[in-house]
Amino acid sequence: MHSFIEFIMGPMVWISFLLFFLGTVFRFFKVFKMVNEKENFIYTYMSLKYSFRSIFAWLIPFFPVSTRKSPVFYGISYIFHILLLIVPIFLLSHVVLLEESMQWSWITLNDTVADWLALIVIMALIFFMIRRMVVPEVKFLTKASDFVFILIVALPFVSGFLAYHQFFAYQWMVMVHVLSGELMIILIPFTRFFHMFMAPFTRAYTGSEFGHVRHAKDW
Amino acid sequence: MQDTENKTQALDGKNVVDEGVEKGLARLTPEIISRVINQVLTKETGARFKAYVETCMRCGLCADACSIFLSNDRDPRFSPAAKVKQTILEMIEKKGNVSVDFLRDAVRISHTECNVCKRCSMYCPFGIDIAYMMLLVRRICHKLEITPLYIQDTVNSHSATLNQMWVKEDEWIDTLQWQEEDAREEFEDLRIPLDKDGADIMYSVIAPEPKFQAGLIYQTAVIMHAASMNWTMPSTPGWDNSNMAMYTGDFEISARIAKAHYETAAKLHVGKIVMGECGHAFRSVYDVGNRWIGWAMPPFEVVHAIEFYHGLLASGRIKIKEKYKKSVTLHDPCNISRGRGLHDKAREMVNMLCESFIEMTPNREHNYCCGAGGGVINCGPPWKGTRMTNNREKKEQLERTGAEVLIAPCHNCHSGLEDIVHHYGLKMEVKFFGDIIFEVMEKTIFQKGE
Repeated sequence: MHSFIEFIMGPMVWISFLLFFLGTVFRFFKVFKMVNEKENFIYTYMSLKYSFRSIFAWLIPFFPVSTRKSPVFYGISYIFHILLLIVPIFLLSHVVLLEESMQWSWITLNDTVADWLALIVIMALIFFMIRRMVVPEVKFLTKASDFVFILIVALPFVSGFLAYHQFFAYQWMVMVHVLSGELMIILIPFTRFFHMFMAPFTRAYTGSEFGHVRHAKDW
Repeated sequence: MQDTENKTQALDGKNVVDEGVEKGLARLTPEIISRVINQVLTKETGARFKAYVETCMRCGLCADACSIFLSNDRDPRFSPAAKVKQTILEMIEKKGNVSVDFLRDAVRISHTECNVCKRCSMYCPFGIDIAYMMLLVRRICHKLEITPLYIQDTVNSHSATLNQMWVKEDEWIDTLQWQEEDAREEFEDLRIPLDKDGADIMYSVIAPEPKFQAGLIYQTAVIMHAASMNWTMPSTPGWDNSNMAMYTGDFEISARIAKAHYETAAKLHVGKIVMGECGHAFRSVYDVGNRWIGWAMPPFEVVHAIEFYHGLLASGRIKIKEKYKKSVTLHDPCNISRGRGLHDKAREMVNMLCESFIEMTPNREHNYCCGAGGGVINCGPPWKGTRMTNNREKKEQLERTGAEVLIAPCHNCHSGLEDIVHHYGLKMEVKFFGDIIFEVMEKTIFQKGE
């Protein structure tokens, strides 16, 4: 048991990040290979100026018309995505672990704050889940896999929250927490989680076509 | 007869019978279906399509962008992503092994329930181009030979005559000369110069102009003459700038049409192409047709009527006698607002021409499609009933303005909006910019140095 925990908190972390890194490189390699083989016209229309114009416009909260049409969803979605990155990266216990093993260290979140932020992430996920079940146009598009995605993201946060409070089965919670976190990291390049890397590119291409060719805004 | 009557008035596209589609479907076998679909999916798509399919998180935010979705009381099957799910996604999942019934729905969805207006690209946080995917479905339908009857007929006409309306060469020349003769009542020395080598401008129109609306050519001739432009119109095939093949996925014919148009301009050594008030033709000549023949941007400067007339008015080549009195509103055609950003120039022009302008909302890049665009109106009478149902949101948008006159600088929009006005009994006149300019301009000839 002890050695298993040591494995998942030691080598497995590195394996997960390695798979994440290699998978991401592989996905991009495949994308660029396909572009070069079949659609190299994309480079002709890609414009740095209009790519960034579009990406920045879409990063400003409630600037695009679309975001103002669904303010609740966008608001929650903005906060969710920011916290999804910030909470694990700046969590004290994560940084402490890194400091112990690698002597790497950076600023951390206050534990109570982090606790609340994790709760917000969990509530956002519950909101996404309910939205998928009740909003007709979203329900129509939803497949079982969409709930699985929500579950995969929820697991490390829920188990981390429970482990921190030591409500029950602390050791089991830590194990679920570590394993599900690693699972999510590994899955990013191989599933639709990859939108975190791909979305800026699809946005950039549309931004370029709208801005550079059609002299129009795309937000 | 009773039967056809009912079909035209059917409100759900599922009840519409399109002869062309049915005949095509009857010829299909499972082998043909899967071979064609897989051929298009593997050979004709690439990273872009893959990225779109794999990046969509099915959040449903595109729904609010679609006027057809809004017109159908937010029925979830009309949202843009739902159209993808019901067509191309299922083709991928089933590896092309789809049924004839599935394909009947795919034709209906891609050809009559999507105007490929690209409004949804502006509502998707990732900018996914759903119109491109709908055109891909149409490409598959084209290769399966199940394209709706009426729009296929226009493509056949393009293929045989290089114009959309089966206009014969002599009829074309005759129409131009007839308009020239009539216009001489206003200016005795007016000419519609045919094939004038080295003219500054080649003026081109879509085939419905000589076929049904020759008066528009008359008006343009008067404007050109009054502004002392060095212009010409070609007498040979290639004069038509329209391109319905672009919307049926018949890219080979689409490329031929665009190429013939550019070749005609090249042969006449003109400086640029100025085109009449049409949106899809502009999309073809400015944005799509050129790509299919290997030009990143069009080989000629392509100027839409809005930009051209704006220039004539702003430079004083055309003078206004008295501003137009009735209250007007402006419809921004997708292909020249989202497609070319000409919406601000259009507004400047309205203010130069008219006394009272009422803004339509949403507007500019966010305007709703007229509901006829993207080849939807060209699917013809069998689909008119459902088109009217799908255009309810547009009707409400028009109604809210309360304007007496609706300016629509695009042929497709014009016809579609006329249909909406008649169907819903709106009290609005639909006009082109050309109509208004013709009505309010000074009928004198511009002299240099004036």
